[in-house]
Amino acid sequence: MTELPYIIASYVLFAFLAVVLAVTTSLRLGRARARLKALDRRADPRRERTP
Amino acid sequence: MDASTAIAGRRPPGRSLHRFANPGRFLRLAARVQPWLTWPAMLFTLAGVAGGLFLSPADYQQGDTVRIMYIHVPCAMLAEGGFWGLAAVSLMSIVWRHPLADLAAMEIGPVGAAATALCLATGSLWGKPTWGTYWVWDARLTSVLVLFFLYVGHMMLIRAFDDQERGYRAAAIMALVGAVDLPIIKYSVNWWNTLHQPASITLTGAPTISGSLLWPLALTMVGLTLGFAAIVTARLRAAVMERRIRGLLGAQAAAA
Repeated sequence: MTELPYIIASYVLFAFLAVVLAVTTSLRLGRARARLKALDRRADPRRERTP
Repeated sequence: MDASTAIAGRRPPGRSLHRFANPGRFLRLAARVQPWLTWPAMLFTLAGVAGGLFLSPADYQQGDTVRIMYIHVPCAMLAEGGFWGLAAVSLMSIVWRHPLADLAAMEIGPVGAAATALCLATGSLWGKPTWGTYWVWDARLTSVLVLFFLYVGHMMLIRAFDDQERGYRAAAIMALVGAVDLPIIKYSVNWWNTLHQPASITLTGAPTISGSLLWPLALTMVGLTLGFAAIVTARLRAAVMERRIRGLLGAQAAAA
């Protein structure tokens, strides 16, 4: 099947871009969430004691 | 409510949209919506890709290369849809000065550019075995390439100014002007004699492709649209949090 390399290349490109977008986005979101939590806690230390 | 609104008897659209300008309210709503976008996106995309690769038949003319369609067509749709979204939030930014609209424009750009790049790359990989060439300067391919440059230009322009507000304004105007390319892409196959085939699926008429090829395509179209929305939502949540972080750090520095 001579078309196979073209099909594989298309799906590999798609999977690569989808994974890169998903991973970079979730890392960025996780970092922002953790940083904001730390800053909020520093700005209002009473929050730490709140259950 | 001011007098003019009271006379009209309804809220202007800009005001109801401003409810979500509150970062806390937006973040709560977006966090609730996020799993309803992410998990169905993965399910629909995986089902569509599996169906397209292993269950749907080969095309009688193109053979197995037709399987590239299951990612090429949704990417083309998202490339155009993403720019419509970019133009819409740019309009919101210019007309209503909505604070989230500029952030949304900043976050839609890279995702739309990735979809356009993937559309061009998969189209090229489909073109080689089908047309015998990776690229021709026909109207459809060229106008999609212009769309990719518009996305890249928008991403660069929005970050090009020291004064962020000026960057937002300039990029919003560019997105609105660049939206002219969208009808050109859509009608390029009708207006000019192109190597690219006309649309097989339209909003007004019945699809011209067989149902056995259509269902995996429908699944990947739904899955990737949800995936696009999920990634933009997550990026927008991160951008809102980052803006709040900058605000808090600024306030702490001023207090010190």
